[in-house]
Amino acid sequence: MRRLSFLVAASLLLSGATVAGYGLVQGPDWTEEELALVRSLSLEALPPLPPDPSNRVADDQAATELGRALFFDTRLSANSEVACASCHLPERQFQDDLPLGQGVGTTGRRTMPIAGMAYAPFLFWDGRKDSLWAQALGPLESPVEHGGDRAQYAHLVTEYYADEYEAVFGPLPDLGGLPSHASPVANPEAAAAWDALPEPLRAAVNSVFANMGKAIAAYERTILPPETRFDAWVASEDFPEAGLLSKDEIAGLRLFLGEGECVNCHNGPLLTDNHFHNTGVPSVPGLPEDTGRLDGARLVIEDEFNCLGSYSDAAPEDCAELRFMAEPGHDALRAFKTPSLRGAATRPPYMHAGQIGTLDEVLAHYATAPEALDGHSELRPLDLSQEEREQLSAFLKSLEPKASDRDHIAEALSPSESP
Amino acid sequence: MPFIRSRRAFLIGLPLGLAAVATGAMAFMMRPPSDLDLSLAKASVAGLYVAAMAPVQEPVTVGPMHAWVVTLQDAQGLPVDGAAIHVDGGMPQHGHGLPTAPAVTEALGEGQYLVEGMRFNMGGWWEIDLAIEGTPGSDAVTFNLVL
Repeated sequence: MRRLSFLVAASLLLSGATVAGYGLVQGPDWTEEELALVRSLSLEALPPLPPDPSNRVADDQAATELGRALFFDTRLSANSEVACASCHLPERQFQDDLPLGQGVGTTGRRTMPIAGMAYAPFLFWDGRKDSLWAQALGPLESPVEHGGDRAQYAHLVTEYYADEYEAVFGPLPDLGGLPSHASPVANPEAAAAWDALPEPLRAAVNSVFANMGKAIAAYERTILPPETRFDAWVASEDFPEAGLLSKDEIAGLRLFLGEGECVNCHNGPLLTDNHFHNTGVPSVPGLPEDTGRLDGARLVIEDEFNCLGSYSDAAPEDCAELRFMAEPGHDALRAFKTPSLRGAATRPPYMHAGQIGTLDEVLAHYATAPEALDGHSELRPLDLSQEEREQLSAFLKSLEPKASDRDHIAEALSPSESP
Repeated sequence: MPFIRSRRAFLIGLPLGLAAVATGAMAFMMRPPSDLDLSLAKASVAGLYVAAMAPVQEPVTVGPMHAWVVTLQDAQGLPVDGAAIHVDGGMPQHGHGLPTAPAVTEALGEGQYLVEGMRFNMGGWWEIDLAIEGTPGSDAVTFNLVL
């Protein structure tokens, strides 16, 4: 009987009927290679947290608690209203659902989620930072995010966090003679004040500032992606048959691995290759030209807080990402970091400046593969039917925590009392 | 045992199935050429060297950065030390280069060189190009890897 039905199917194939439904899309046959690829996307394949040799307190419990307090502290801003958590909302996957981040002003980019970022060699959409702690320092001094400056923050730590800071990093430096505001990258007034500082005082302020970042990084390292329905399915006895994932969701997974070619960049247990790609995403009217990785690659080399800098705890040979960083070429122009797809279905809008509003529109973008505004898009057009797009979308929605886990996750991420 | 059953069904239908699957897969997944030379030891283009590459740690997977050892011999099979090796590469079917800039970081002696900083950020066909400058002369060799 089975052989008979196979022959019927085969004759349909030979007569030119669609192969969909007869093996490629809905068939039960998985090769060992495909099964291994599916497992490689599951949380079970996530290796232990990589060490951060540039941050000696990366896994220190007291540093984590200090970092948690700093993360939620709105005093770390120009107007006492902006904390890290203002845009990185714990109950919203540590992002803000807005096309462009809103601090004391409006940024030019979409706020990125934080879960699993400790696995990323480069941070921000353009990879202009090479550690979580160096990343945390950027927004603190951005005029449109926290809007403050490092002298202000050093004073603040001295006033409100001296005990916690000294328990982790040792004695605070003497900040005598330090004006209220000074920074090499803030407004002209603060920059002039910074220029007037003696070098040892600058180094002392930089060191406190870098340590704030290291504490925040220690906290952020604890923010890991929660188990999703997809992970539970891979770990279940049903796998790879339907069960916790429906047939449509599994068909979407097949497309994700196959003709959708999504897995080329969205690979590994975090569903990102942590690299930078030009995918022809349009620019945003009114925003300055954004060259993406092209500028990001230059900025991370120049950054005084990078792995090779004097505030890093790493030996130069530990800074492999910087030592072997590719020279940015034409393919870096308007290339942006591949985001993780874990939780992506419930955090529109999409792309580096929230240019695309819905998941369906994202899939339409990848299917159409528009020419890049500048540089060269890596996409090729895809011939996806409406049903296939819906299946892909269904699979992406399986990369969400199980409903029963969501409240528990939000609770575990709440802030502690700040001093 | 539905899995075994379906596998048998697949085997029975192999000739027909292959035709359908191959058309689909080739069009969409860009499988590497079937006659790709996957040898990790071969003569260089002009025959001045026999070059070999071996990963320091196996398996080589998509994602992490890893190190390789390149071994150079001259045409007579004698080890070549003191050569300068430039490492490049990429994915011919995607038109992009390596995501990192791997480099020789140590001459290990006996014609062996440590290459660090190699990363493959996608599955598929990768080329690794070595440009070699040594006493025998300038030559080049390309290795293929499928991940």
